[in-house]
Amino acid sequence: MEKVVTATPEIALSTRGLSKQFGSLAVTQDVTIDLPKGVRYALIGPNGAGKTTLINLITGMLKPDGGSILLGADDVTSLEPQQRVTRGLARTFQINTLFPSLNPLEAVTLAVAERRREAGEFWTSLSSHAESIEEAYGILARLKLGEVCYQPTRQLPYGRQRLLEIALALATRPKVLLLDEPAAGVPQEESGDIFEAVANLSNDLTLLFIEHDMHVVFRFASHIIVLVGGAIFTQGSPAEISADPRVREVYLGTRQHG
Amino acid sequence: MADVPLTPRAYLQAQSRWTPVEIAFWLATLLPFWLLPDYLSLASQVAITALFALSLDILLGYAGVVSLGHAAFFGIGAYTAGLFSKFVWGAPLPGLLVAAIVSAASGFVVSLIVARFRHFTLIMLTLGIGLLMQEIANRAHWLTGGSDGLQGISINKVLGAFNFDLYGYTAYGYSLAVLFILFLCARRIVHSPFGLALRGIRENWTRMPAIGAPSRAHVRMAFTIAAAMAGIAGALLTQTTQSAALESISFGRSADVLVMLVLGGAGRLYGGLIGAAIFMVARDQFSGIAPQYWYFWIGLLLIGVVMFLPNGILGGLSALAARWRKS
Amino acid sequence: MLPPIFGVLFDGIAYGMLLFVLSVGLSVTLGLMNFVNLAHCAFAMVGGYVTVTLVNTYNWPFIATLPVAFIVTALISVVFERVFYRRLYRASDLDQVLLTIGLAFVSVAVAAYFFGTLQQPIPTPAFLRGSQQVLGLGLGNYRIFLIVTALIVTVLVVAGLEYTRFGAMVRAAVDNQRMASGLGINVDATFAITFAIGSGLAGLGGALAIEIVGLDPSFSFTYLVYVLIVVAVGGLGSIAGSFIAAMLIGISDIAGKYYFPELGAFLIYLVMIAVLLWKPSGLFGKR
Repeated sequence: MEKVVTATPEIALSTRGLSKQFGSLAVTQDVTIDLPKGVRYALIGPNGAGKTTLINLITGMLKPDGGSILLGADDVTSLEPQQRVTRGLARTFQINTLFPSLNPLEAVTLAVAERRREAGEFWTSLSSHAESIEEAYGILARLKLGEVCYQPTRQLPYGRQRLLEIALALATRPKVLLLDEPAAGVPQEESGDIFEAVANLSNDLTLLFIEHDMHVVFRFASHIIVLVGGAIFTQGSPAEISADPRVREVYLGTRQHG
Repeated sequence: MADVPLTPRAYLQAQSRWTPVEIAFWLATLLPFWLLPDYLSLASQVAITALFALSLDILLGYAGVVSLGHAAFFGIGAYTAGLFSKFVWGAPLPGLLVAAIVSAASGFVVSLIVARFRHFTLIMLTLGIGLLMQEIANRAHWLTGGSDGLQGISINKVLGAFNFDLYGYTAYGYSLAVLFILFLCARRIVHSPFGLALRGIRENWTRMPAIGAPSRAHVRMAFTIAAAMAGIAGALLTQTTQSAALESISFGRSADVLVMLVLGGAGRLYGGLIGAAIFMVARDQFSGIAPQYWYFWIGLLLIGVVMFLPNGILGGLSALAARWRKS
Repeated sequence: MLPPIFGVLFDGIAYGMLLFVLSVGLSVTLGLMNFVNLAHCAFAMVGGYVTVTLVNTYNWPFIATLPVAFIVTALISVVFERVFYRRLYRASDLDQVLLTIGLAFVSVAVAAYFFGTLQQPIPTPAFLRGSQQVLGLGLGNYRIFLIVTALIVTVLVVAGLEYTRFGAMVRAAVDNQRMASGLGINVDATFAITFAIGSGLAGLGGALAIEIVGLDPSFSFTYLVYVLIVVAVGGLGSIAGSFIAAMLIGISDIAGKYYFPELGAFLIYLVMIAVLLWKPSGLFGKR
């Protein structure tokens, strides 16, 4: 691992010795990572490697047994999930976690209003919040959800729902975005659209995404972290990882199980 | 979808616009003055109960928070209004205000506890707190009169002009006016950003923190507002009947209001109003039958609604209307 | 010679044992399927009326009616489980609450129609009347019988869960439903059988309760509150939790009524709220 000495990149997110036990099972073991600002990291590993658990720990949906999480220079380990979101850490979910009877416009407007701290206002009319509504519609239009934004979420095709996952996260104006298998369950020909949308996100945004399709990983990631049994197995550039015979072994070995 | 594509803002504006059906509904609430002058006392009971159901709708229908002890706040409002008139001042409107403040404060205190929980624990806590309040009202005989009810309430004229008459003209007019004003408030709330946040909580509790929403603070606010409205409903009952009884704070009342709201259709503002009207009129018609048989029909109704009419009467009607429009 | 506090303690333990038999089934079904069953005590009432009918109309001996109360209640409950409950496993808590409150309302009316609203006394067998003098305390024979019966039930339930194949399946399903069905356990059938056994135990509890608290149609609701409190305090799905919570509630209720009669039911509500604030998922709950 060579380090650039001249200009230390600004770190957007880091974890220090993060660990978590479920009973006697160590699902996260001493995970230390540093995500420089603006990079696209892929988090890969066999099923049950603890990838989603790691995202749950970073976002505060699970409490770690040990270690700490830093957003920029601030320690956020003791903050509630919504406080971390307010500080610029957003996520999407592997299994759609949406608002079934709200339509995309309402859902994204809600997320924008929460960020702008307008959502506690019970005395104003929603339609008077023109800026929030315009911003929400802008995000939806960018993700090609503009024309379905009045349809209840539960009626949307699955692929659109995956995009809405991303739209909701973007509405919080994240500095760091954690995507948990953004194209999970989407047919391969459509998964390109979703990653295209991800790739078009701003360059300042720091991304960490979980993905199983190695073609997608090698195409979109600038750096890859391999997680096995809750611990970091190795990390490096796509070229390094694809050349590493141990990664192949770990990956192909478990793939055969299923 | 509409033929002319709406701008997002115009779409949201259209969502909160008054419909002709709504206007007709409120005009119809005036009819009892002329058509049913013998039933004005009942009509005022309906209006009060409708307000109580409306308060639960904000909590349950919009925020998805199930409460089995909502009568606690109705009762607190009822007793506060009674005690205020007895010991301080018999003017009705200040009485309503004091009852609203006291029940909102109690609602806020209770919300500090219950907003942390969901599901079974939440149901048990609201049930426990409701039963506790009932027991307090029962035991604090020196204050509430216990099972004898609160004696010696006398209420002045409304606005110094309208006396509470035997026929219930003032009682109904007063209750209806208060209901309408608070309905306007509730309508504003559900079409506000806060109302949207409550629906978000109902639709997905897990997602809310992930969009940066302080769900617990929202639930505390909703609980406080609902408690204040329930308290005003209780105060209205005390003032229009010039009495406050243990029944106002009982588990039975908590269960009844839940039944009405679900029967009418939760999360639609009008569901509680319609449900309350049907429930109260039916109970008046069947007042001769023994209570356990009354509850037999309520039980059957509940089973039927859950199994066949999940969104209540209004939900069923709007589904019918949608089908009719299609064909 | 023991001071009277031991007598109160004894009555409290007997009452706690009764609460345990009444509530253990609900605790397991709630832990298993997360189903909020407010009609649990309606099933208990069925057991009570089975015993009343057999003793008063057919002159059965009281002891012989107990297994029948268990079996009849279990059979009736499984019909309800198949017709109503199973459709709402994935529904909201609200729907479950409404359906089961509805069933409880109906049960009150049906009981009142067939048996009237008065309490139904049954003649207690001679050997369960009277009391034993132990160190100066008069211990009621019926309460001794109740404690022994409840202990037998406890041993059977615990042994059934710990040492049988079916018990292992139930424990696996309580622990992690997804993983259990992944392992090939038929969670649906497991739940139906557990539901039947749990309701059967409630029916047995209803029959045992006649002598202590009486039986009338309001039983469905009066004891529901106690049962829910026991389950909430003990923690969903925990047998040990239910047992300890039942003791705690039984003793505090009897002691409260004995020493602070002016407090009424205050004490147990306060115990429940305090425990839930301290441990939201109950003393032994995992979730």
